[in-house]
Amino acid sequence: MITIKENYCKGCGYCIIACPTKALKRSNKINSRGIEIPIVEEEKCNKCHICELSCPDFAINVEEE
Amino acid sequence: MISNDEIYEKYIRKGTMPTILCAGCGNGIVLNTTLRAIDELKKDIDKMVFVSGIGCSSRLSSYIKADGLHTTHGRPIAFATGIKAANPDLDIVVFTGDGDCAGIGGNHLIHGIRRNIDITVIVLNNYNYGMTGGQASPTTPLESLTTTTPYDSFEHPFDLSMLAMAAGAPFVARWTISHPVQLVKSIKKGLQVKGFSFIEVLTPCPTSYWRRNRIRDYEGIYRWYKENTVNVKRAESEPDKICIGELQNIQKKEWTEQWKELVERVSK
Repeated sequence: MITIKENYCKGCGYCIIACPTKALKRSNKINSRGIEIPIVEEEKCNKCHICELSCPDFAINVEEE
Repeated sequence: MISNDEIYEKYIRKGTMPTILCAGCGNGIVLNTTLRAIDELKKDIDKMVFVSGIGCSSRLSSYIKADGLHTTHGRPIAFATGIKAANPDLDIVVFTGDGDCAGIGGNHLIHGIRRNIDITVIVLNNYNYGMTGGQASPTTPLESLTTTTPYDSFEHPFDLSMLAMAAGAPFVARWTISHPVQLVKSIKKGLQVKGFSFIEVLTPCPTSYWRRNRIRDYEGIYRWYKENTVNVKRAESEPDKICIGELQNIQKKEWTEQWKELVERVSK
């Protein structure tokens, strides 16, 4: 399961570019700081953890069930 | 693989988060990859010291729930040498920037390498003095624009990894923020090497450097680091690109070992 800590995300989108399966996408969802946070399409995720490694702010968490 | 939440719970000082770093700054990725390397090696964080100088890169030591030193500008390698000499059981990681390491602390860097003391130096090279407003640093590439080079930079930049190789560092690696998996592996190796290990990471500074150098979106910045670098194995075919990978791995006698031998020899 992928969770995004909305108050930690700064909207750089490195996770979106790094994802090889395009499971993360830009959205119109805005957090308390006015930053567009990405949305997750769970079914596309192959649990490679590259988005976690590419996030500079520890905002993404991937858990393997 | 360990998840970000576990890393966060285990190693991060919670009061300091979220980081003060700008959106798109790569320093957080280096913090993340360093902590992952430490976790994969199962190192005791209480037996480690994180030393840093001055600059954006040097904020990293204060985010880690371990002993750390935030030292004067350009001197983290000097302080780290002192810690290692006083207590060789500790593992020292130095976070330093390009201005900190090559500009103000250039002499400390080459003499740290010459002594070959067992510390791991992670240089976050963002091509400018980001914290003070984007002045040209010793690594600013030719023909790029900064606050102090408004027309273009005509000074030849330092290639820090080549400098470390020439000075004789036992382990030298260079990666970018677009290669986080490889970076974890290199930091792991660097921590295991007995001797001075030098790891250069090319990190973007979107606020001060890339804003003035025509790439103004995060995607473009991330792709620039992918497209303008080439692995050392294929470097001959593409000589114009920045050479990344594990550049040097040699055996050399380490300073604290030699010190112990000297003490034993003299005290007989």
